[in-house]
Amino acid sequence: MRFVFKTSYTQDLGLFRDDVQRNGYVALAAGLVVLPWLIPNYLVDVSLVLIYAIGGLSLMVLAGYTGLVSLGHAAFLGIGAYAHVYFAQSLGLPWLVALALAVVLTAAAGVLVGLPALRMTGVYLTIATLAFALIIQEVFTRWERVTGGLKGRAVDKPVIFGVALAHDAAFYFLCLAVLIGGLWLTSNVLRSPTGRAWIAIRDSEIAAQSLGVNLALYKTMAFAYSAALMGVAGALFAHKVGFLAPDIFSVLLSIQLLLMVVVGGLGSLHGAVFGAVFVALLPVAISQARDALPAWIGGAAGVLGPRAGTAVFLGVDRFVKQPGLEPGIFGLILVLFILFEPLGVYGRWLKLRLFFSTFPLYKRATFRRQKSYMRSERLR
Amino acid sequence: MDIALQLVLNGLAVGCIYGLVALGFVLIYKATELVNFAQGDLMMLGAFVCYMLVVWYGWGYWMAFAVAVAAVALFGAGLDAGILRRVLGQPQFAVVMLTIGLGAIFRSFASITWGSEIYTLPTPFSARATRIAGVTVSHEYVAIIVGTILLCAVLYAFFTWTRVGVAMQAASQNQLAAYYMGIPVKRMFSLIWAISAGVAAIAGVLLAPVSLIDINLGFIGLKAFAAAVLGGFGSIPGALVGGLTIGLIELWSGAYLPQGFKDVAAYVVLLLVLAVRPQGMFGTVGRKKV
Repeated sequence: MRFVFKTSYTQDLGLFRDDVQRNGYVALAAGLVVLPWLIPNYLVDVSLVLIYAIGGLSLMVLAGYTGLVSLGHAAFLGIGAYAHVYFAQSLGLPWLVALALAVVLTAAAGVLVGLPALRMTGVYLTIATLAFALIIQEVFTRWERVTGGLKGRAVDKPVIFGVALAHDAAFYFLCLAVLIGGLWLTSNVLRSPTGRAWIAIRDSEIAAQSLGVNLALYKTMAFAYSAALMGVAGALFAHKVGFLAPDIFSVLLSIQLLLMVVVGGLGSLHGAVFGAVFVALLPVAISQARDALPAWIGGAAGVLGPRAGTAVFLGVDRFVKQPGLEPGIFGLILVLFILFEPLGVYGRWLKLRLFFSTFPLYKRATFRRQKSYMRSERLR
Repeated sequence: MDIALQLVLNGLAVGCIYGLVALGFVLIYKATELVNFAQGDLMMLGAFVCYMLVVWYGWGYWMAFAVAVAAVALFGAGLDAGILRRVLGQPQFAVVMLTIGLGAIFRSFASITWGSEIYTLPTPFSARATRIAGVTVSHEYVAIIVGTILLCAVLYAFFTWTRVGVAMQAASQNQLAAYYMGIPVKRMFSLIWAISAGVAAIAGVLLAPVSLIDINLGFIGLKAFAAAVLGGFGSIPGALVGGLTIGLIELWSGAYLPQGFKDVAAYVVLLLVLAVRPQGMFGTVGRKKV
């Protein structure tokens, strides 16, 4: 184990724990910068991962750090996307101005949802955001002058300061820059009094209130910040998909965003990025498995005789080609993570690291969760 | 006048379904303080099982109805014993995500087992109607309303007069105290899940002739949330009254407001209720004490 012996306040103020950690992140950033030359054909998918990570960051601030679980973040993504496209294409504003306006609008929507949310706790809030998302989706469908309705709306490539980012690599760097900026800003906000107030609200609303945290103010701020980040993600998402239709921003997308945060690990910025990688790559992995699995299992059954092998191959092939299978796999992964690894991928990584750094002395009990009996919150 | 009455009748029938699904939410919430986002999908399973027994295997309607409800109730109990018991005492968020995941699995299962087409369930009261005072009374709607009334009476009697029902109430008020009093709390919770899943299945089978059966039937659960919240989440009569109110509002807004309002009316009501009076009409939710 390595301990950092702090000798000055500047060390406390630094974003990284020590030089080793900082160098690690610098190396990671360098790797991401040279990525376009390494895998030019997959850049579009990697850009999507980055956009998802921005969205995950947004939801992580709200769900992971403030404890307000939202099932309506697809609506914020949609508002950001449609507003950006409307400002940039219908009104012809410069790209950055359109982005800024879209972000302001999304943050305003966040405040609008946050205000009634001040009076609710826990699952009520989740239901309210869900209702909000369903209403917004209907608005996207009906407000044809702005959104194009069910016919959808095509999105041009971004043009920033007269430079068209037509190439995939250029768009990749745009997303990367926004993600790094978002991570830098968020990690700093979380260390500030604002961020500490959010975490206090998450851990105990009543305790935070007793210590003088203004619940209404900080919850609204969390909503606004989260929605603004989602607005940025929405603008980039619009350019990534190239075509906006209302049914993209469905409840299922909200669930997917939440899945990202849970699978990544609630309450860590790493988790948002890990979750984004996981959720973006899972459909790819599933489609790969769809092609490969029947042959494997069929081959394994082939030892019983060629006819059994063929029969098993056809059966498995028919099963995995079912269109309804994919959401079920998503659901299954969600269930398994909640049951067996509630801390998510990042939690697993922490355990692994602790295991090696304390090698023969690792105790499982370090991460044991405490169970509590419930007493009704209802007054009788 | 006739149109208004017709709307009232249809609204009551639709509202009964929302009320029944909301009742399922409320039962589980009251007992375990968990919110089951998969309630609508349990309803879908009930409708599909009944459809399968009637159409594929040629069973009688009533027999299939009973078996479907029993099967889904048993499944609900198994769900509690096998999966949900493990997350008791963890943050509510975990349960929300867990049940969302389970709902996705159920939908996927239904689509693989029964296919993603749209089915109709033939029933003894399909496509029959009586005209009373200028209002067409469809027998399917009557079945829904009568079924709801009967079910509520049975549930009310069960919770008020039977030992098990009272034990359940005790378990819902304070788990630890109930446990000390010798009430098998875990078994009670499984039983509550069974009842709740059974109610969902009854709602599904009653709804099946009116709305067609497909794998997305469960999304009615989202509107039932509005009903449950409107009634105050922990209140059984509240759930039914909330359901009826949502049903009526929905049909009226479909008839008198511009297109598109029908689909979101329930959610608008939900947001308004949460903003103005979060504890709902019959709410008992108070401030948490430290």
